[in-house]
Amino acid sequence: MGSKGFIILVGILLAILHQDFWLWGDGSLLFGFLPVGLGYHAAYSIVVALFWWWVVRAVWPADLDVSNDEEMPP
Amino acid sequence: MIVVVIIVVYLAMLLVLGWLSSRRFRNTSDDFFLASRSIGPFLLVMSLFGTTMTAFALVGSTGKAYSQGIGVYGLMASWSGLIHSAVFFLVGIKLWSLGKRYGYVTQTQYFRDRFGSELLGRLLFPILVALVVPYLLIGLMAAGVTVEKVTGRTEAFGPDGIPGWVTAGVVCLVVYSYVFFGGLRAAAWANAFQTIVFLVVGLLAFYLIADSLGGVEAATAQAEPDRLVREGSISKLHFTSYLFIPLSVGMFPHLFQHWLTARSARTFKAPVVLHPVLIMLVWVPCILIGVWATGVLGTSKPPNAILGIMVGRLKDPYITGLVTAGILAAIMSSLDSQFLCLGTMFSEDVVFRMKGKDQLTEKQKLLRARLFVGVVILCTYLLSLITTKSIFDLGIWCFSGFAGLFPLVLAALYWKRTTAAGAIACICTTAVVWLVFFVQSPGKETLVLGMMPVVFIVLASTVSLIVVSLGTKPVESQRLRRFFPIEDDSR
Repeated sequence: MGSKGFIILVGILLAILHQDFWLWGDGSLLFGFLPVGLGYHAAYSIVVALFWWWVVRAVWPADLDVSNDEEMPP
Repeated sequence: MIVVVIIVVYLAMLLVLGWLSSRRFRNTSDDFFLASRSIGPFLLVMSLFGTTMTAFALVGSTGKAYSQGIGVYGLMASWSGLIHSAVFFLVGIKLWSLGKRYGYVTQTQYFRDRFGSELLGRLLFPILVALVVPYLLIGLMAAGVTVEKVTGRTEAFGPDGIPGWVTAGVVCLVVYSYVFFGGLRAAAWANAFQTIVFLVVGLLAFYLIADSLGGVEAATAQAEPDRLVREGSISKLHFTSYLFIPLSVGMFPHLFQHWLTARSARTFKAPVVLHPVLIMLVWVPCILIGVWATGVLGTSKPPNAILGIMVGRLKDPYITGLVTAGILAAIMSSLDSQFLCLGTMFSEDVVFRMKGKDQLTEKQKLLRARLFVGVVILCTYLLSLITTKSIFDLGIWCFSGFAGLFPLVLAALYWKRTTAAGAIACICTTAVVWLVFFVQSPGKETLVLGMMPVVFIVLASTVSLIVVSLGTKPVESQRLRRFFPIEDDSR
């Protein structure tokens, strides 16, 4: 599997991990104040940022840049 | 009174920033609409984030967490981190590339050119306008209600505070002033400044509100226990179905315009990576403040007013003023782009098209653009005086409509077989299905088979686009070659 395929797979896995159904009725607190359901999703946001950092390094579409010479009227 | 002085000083700073950015203004319509496509990574991160974080994110999320608890973060914020960045990556960069190559300024220009259809442009324009207007309204309403609640706790203005219509009017005038002089460059500068302000002040407000409640642990301990879980307030299917809402950014006209301002494709790297973290920094404090409010205010206050009330409870007027200015910053950082985008659409898609862009001098184009931005602001202001919906729910309806149009932009960019008729079918289906759901429960959040209506809107628009496209004549190959380079023919 190429890096694109692997990235798509990890993206799907992240979408699945968003559904934290096992924490639905869990009222425990992290650090004494942060509800675990909120803490999980805050951490999820950081993992997602790391995922995108990997994506832009691994499969950046270098061919999309347009120089001023290539501009054309509509 | 000190609160008002701080807000006025903040608004004056915005005007100065607008004036400073106008000194770089090149007196051309391209600079007014797109900052001459010269925006670098820092300004792009800040302006894209500031534009997507609206009153909905601050005032709406706090109010929704107050009534539904912590699950609101997962509904919107963490989905948005994943999906907004995906849309920037898959849609934003491609549209930037095509926009620079072919000189587009508005979405309608791109779609008209991509499918060679006048009818498509005429159909899309009013729908986009109709969907942006409620989005603008929530900004003005949130500004009004926040200042009203904050000043309502001061002696100078009595229990009613400064009326919402006064704040909304002042906000409109300030935004119009800096957009008038500097166009999108002024909006981008102002957005960057305002994004920094609301990030810093938001964290300060979080700390001070927690402190006023006896610390973060005591604040959470006082909150209604059922707001700390999702059981009983949000069903699992409902939670998952929110996945479709963040797709709406792919069709926001104001975001399209910001994408086109990028200096190069590489400029997009920073927004793609940083967007999820920035969302978290804004949303987590707002959700916690909303949940904590249940412990000190009970559970029967109007959701739109919660953030204003919690900020108004801070005893120090300097801090209250600063935090209120931060909330206004978040609201105004979206309003400026939205006002400007509607003005741009009216100028480019209606006036310049009817009159012939080449027939007008740069001075005439600028005059018309500025005039239309002013007309849009005035109409929105008047509408805001008669709207009383929940900010969160109004926002969700607006996003649902844009999300319904997302298959259109995705197919236009990636599926050669999409036809003009398919695109028109997608737009019409979105409009009809959206209207059917909206009429049944106007302005309120409603569920269909346990799911958000947006699921059915997106599915219906996708099916109609595919079926009609396959049943109609493909777009001519000469036109397709302009949008799909030869090496991509295998797709």
